[in-house]
Amino acid sequence: MAVWYVMRASGAMTMVLLSAVFALGIATTNRRQLGRLPRFATLALHRNVSLLAVVFLTIHVATSLADPYAHVSAISVVVPFVGAGKPLWIGLGAVSLDLVAALIVTSLLRRHLSQRIWRGVHWLAYVSWPVALVHGLGIGSDTSTVWLRALSAGCVVLVGSAVVSRLRAVDGTGKRLERRTAVVPARSAAPTPRPRRLAEERAAA
Amino acid sequence: MSDHLRVNPILCDAYGHCAELLPELIELDEWGYPIVSDEAISPELEKDARRAVASCPRLALLIERHRAERAA
Amino acid sequence: MTAAALDQLSSGLSRSPGRLLPIDGREPTSWLAHLERYGPLPSLRGRERSLLAAVEQSGLAGRGGAGFPTAIKLRTVAAGRRPVVVANGTEGEPASAKDKALMLANPHLVLDGVVAAAAIVSARDAVVVVSREADACRAAIEAALDERPDERANIRVASAPERFVAGEESALVHWLNGHEAKPTFTPPRPFEKGVDGKPTLVQNVETLANLGLLARYGPDWFRSAGPPAEPGTVLVTVRGAVKQQRVVEVELGTTIRELARLCGGLRAPVRAVLVGGYFGSWVGPDLDLPLTQAALRPLGASLGARTIALLPADVCGIAETARVARYMAGESAGQCGPCVFGLPAVADALETIAFGLPGAAAALNRLPRLSAQIARRGACAHPDGTLRFVESALDVFADEIHLHVVGRCSAPHGEPLLPVHSSHEWK
Repeated sequence: MAVWYVMRASGAMTMVLLSAVFALGIATTNRRQLGRLPRFATLALHRNVSLLAVVFLTIHVATSLADPYAHVSAISVVVPFVGAGKPLWIGLGAVSLDLVAALIVTSLLRRHLSQRIWRGVHWLAYVSWPVALVHGLGIGSDTSTVWLRALSAGCVVLVGSAVVSRLRAVDGTGKRLERRTAVVPARSAAPTPRPRRLAEERAAA
Repeated sequence: MSDHLRVNPILCDAYGHCAELLPELIELDEWGYPIVSDEAISPELEKDARRAVASCPRLALLIERHRAERAA
Repeated sequence: MTAAALDQLSSGLSRSPGRLLPIDGREPTSWLAHLERYGPLPSLRGRERSLLAAVEQSGLAGRGGAGFPTAIKLRTVAAGRRPVVVANGTEGEPASAKDKALMLANPHLVLDGVVAAAAIVSARDAVVVVSREADACRAAIEAALDERPDERANIRVASAPERFVAGEESALVHWLNGHEAKPTFTPPRPFEKGVDGKPTLVQNVETLANLGLLARYGPDWFRSAGPPAEPGTVLVTVRGAVKQQRVVEVELGTTIRELARLCGGLRAPVRAVLVGGYFGSWVGPDLDLPLTQAALRPLGASLGARTIALLPADVCGIAETARVARYMAGESAGQCGPCVFGLPAVADALETIAFGLPGAAAALNRLPRLSAQIARRGACAHPDGTLRFVESALDVFADEIHLHVVGRCSAPHGEPLLPVHSSHEWK
């Protein structure tokens, strides 16, 4: 029974940490300063918290395999929607796990990958997070517990506000990005300027 | 043989992490882009330099090894 | 025709050497006429190494603006696997017309050079790139290729967007690889990894035309024109205060006065001279200045792609500089912060001065600080070239600036002189 508690707790913890990672990732792109921390610290937090999330995710997966009542087979952890038990909710967990694994691995190997691949996989974070959330809400037989619902709501608020600020920042900090792509077009055949005073003097003469 | 910092100006997107981590060798221009010193990276700054390289969100900062000191 | 006969024909009719540009009125656009004028291109099979040695001996340097020794480039690319030859006829500089003139008047000589270069580096494929707006050039090259069926299979023609930086080596290669015509971070340079990842020789069409002559007449003949340090003939675009703006072929060391004479003489007194186009420098109106790197270096100038613009006294140099600076800012590839933000700031400051607006004095003070932040911080030479052009203007037009700062101008009614393009394409 202890195993089941650890599984659920570590799962919840993973959800919280993944939400924090998400928000910190967006804060990095937005060049947001957290308190008086230098900006590199936002990125450092994003990376370190993601590794912490991996720790809790590992505990969560290991305990789910160990739990006799959870009916999770080894293969269903990574291959979605196979096996007995609650295939849909476990499957979603597997999807999220696969995506998180891809995110972590591509980031660790970033130097050896093209920028496009790394960026493409990183955008999948926008998929892995909601899938993890739905997995967490759907799989518990007692998701009606207040704390789990409250926790999930908190995660949604955190990530939601981060995403909103990302969308708005395309105009705000993204002003920098906009200027980079919309370089001022050349004025062709601009007339030679005529400073006023001399022209007036000549007219008066 | 000496190590020098170099920015790939095409990848750089003015995050500014490098200047925070290595103010001895990097400062920012008025638009937020890094001005990187030509000097060799001294041994005591080696670790900070590697941290700065790792902390660039675009991997725009590089450490290059020069065979001999370039003539000015 | 032998080398001696070519020289005799050329020298008899004018003092212009007439090697690259025909001066007898008949443009050798047909292959037969071309062969009649220059003689056949000797077979290069088995002679690649001796031809490379001949290039080395000749001292031929790139005619595209950088002046890099051609033999070194050829040797480096020849060492690579399955190289490609790119003939750069894009001529992104709006004030320059020499490459277009050459391709229109002598496309076969350019193609001879492509064939010779391909033989030296053992390339099977070649591309001749022209600017998208230069339809006539493309037509001339295509027509010439149609007359040479053996080479048609291996030489293709492409039309690049008409942007200032599109002709930069790495930008050109990037475009040929299917991307935008914007410079890339180097290393690797094109000679290591270029079109389709292969070692690529990017050579200006004028350089290749010279190669076509070298293959026939040898290095001693080549060196018989021009000063020993900068041998051969060069094409120069002459604009501005001359009766006929044109492209002329001269030996280096020719003075500005002589250039003007070849263009029908001056039509107005000269206030200043722009040497080297929009990456070049303004110098004072010394008409006896010989055009050699040696004479220009102390003035902080360089030949570049040899575009010479003589500023008439009734055109305002600062206004021209401001206009070109704004154009150059717009021609930024938009990839590097210091260029994207710095060049428009420089253009703003220059316009404030040129229009005599309030804040002109402050704008003048801002310029050195901007320069210091922009120099050598882009991926290509665009910001540096522009800065060189602007700084030379601040120097040569210092008196004019003092007038402008108090809202006056000594030449407020002149017509715009220096041309700009207005393309927005990158692909």
